[in-house]
Amino acid sequence: MLQTVSLSGSRGQRQLFSDVSVTVMPGSLLAVAGENGSGKTSFLRMLCGLLSLDEGAILWQGKDIRQLKELYCAQLTYIGHLNGIKDDLTPVENLTLSACLAGDDSSGAVVKKALEAVGLGRPVHVLPTRVLSQGQKRRVALARLWLSTRPLWFLDEPFASLDAAATDYLTQRLQSHLTKGGMVVVSTHQEIALPADSVQHLRLTR
Amino acid sequence: MSQPSMSVALRGVVRRDLLLAMRHRSDVAMSVFFVVIVASLFPLGVGPEAVVLRMIGPGVLWVTALLACLLSLGRLFTADYLDGVLEQTALIPQSLAVLVVGKVFAHWVVSGLPVVLLSPLLGLQFGLGGDSLGVLTLSLLLGTPTLSMIGAIGAALTLGLRGSGFLVALLVLPLFVPVLIFGAGAVTSSLAGIGSEANLSLLGACFMLSLAFAPWATAVALRIALE
Repeated sequence: MLQTVSLSGSRGQRQLFSDVSVTVMPGSLLAVAGENGSGKTSFLRMLCGLLSLDEGAILWQGKDIRQLKELYCAQLTYIGHLNGIKDDLTPVENLTLSACLAGDDSSGAVVKKALEAVGLGRPVHVLPTRVLSQGQKRRVALARLWLSTRPLWFLDEPFASLDAAATDYLTQRLQSHLTKGGMVVVSTHQEIALPADSVQHLRLTR
Repeated sequence: MSQPSMSVALRGVVRRDLLLAMRHRSDVAMSVFFVVIVASLFPLGVGPEAVVLRMIGPGVLWVTALLACLLSLGRLFTADYLDGVLEQTALIPQSLAVLVVGKVFAHWVVSGLPVVLLSPLLGLQFGLGGDSLGVLTLSLLLGTPTLSMIGAIGAALTLGLRGSGFLVALLVLPLFVPVLIFGAGAVTSSLAGIGSEANLSLLGACFMLSLAFAPWATAVALRIALE
């Protein structure tokens, strides 16, 4: 269970959001909405522990994440606004390395299966990621979700630059993660085609 | 719930950076050529006087190695910062300081080690011979990792700033001074025949000290840069 207690955030002098208290239970998804510049990315980075908090606290299973540190990092997968993949490595190399660094299974067969799950066929596996399109790069980044065994996912605009097919793959993956008792926090502008009882909405306002 | 062991995470970081260096062989070649060309300019400028060359040799070679390290510092974290790999690295459930050691090691293999291996050849240009060539190589072997460690602090502190190249130079060059003095001093004293053990021990001490403190300081600076 992930909980925020009267969380507020600011960038420099500018107040982004204040007094945000939400609870994400196992099996539920929190969709964070808000205008451009309302602090969705900052909110997600705070939840990951990448940004320090102005006020409030973030609790994981009732404990403050600032005390848990690495123990908390071992629970989460974060896919940010930046893809976090190396342009000069192939999709297979990128995924193998990131799975290995996350402590997940990084064998060739598993990695290839993950890439095929996001609709990237064999010819693409051996190309440098640099030559792929934006949407394909995003798919490589999202393929990490098929390798992740962690319960808590933070996805920053995961549907941006994805086509209809990839959106479907991702929605199905989110659905199966939730049924297994996983938790997801997503910042998005669009509706996610998931059962309404598993989705919570949060709108960030000043 | 998965957590990589420390050695797995460390090896992963080193493997990725070495793999990337293999894809960018020109970057590696650049720092080697820089050292070769700069070290070759001095005999051309100063003249072929053997006594003079032997006198300035140790200092020139050490300053060259130091500048080569400085030039390569920009590559240490910038690319990772821009493509989001750095924030993923910060989320690896291991101490960031340990992962920094992996990155610095890979950086040294690519930019420092070639200079160390090349140094006997460059020393010959300055009329160094026998023992002093050995001492030169050994001093660089002990000194260049220290330079990379100290440089990493500067690179992390200036990450994402405009004109960070100059700022890095201003920040780390003063910190390089002890390494330069002991390193060049070791070669000079071996030339003078008074033994270089004292200087080499001090270089070793500098290395241990930088290994203890630099990764930790770099990790703190990286976390600030990521905010």
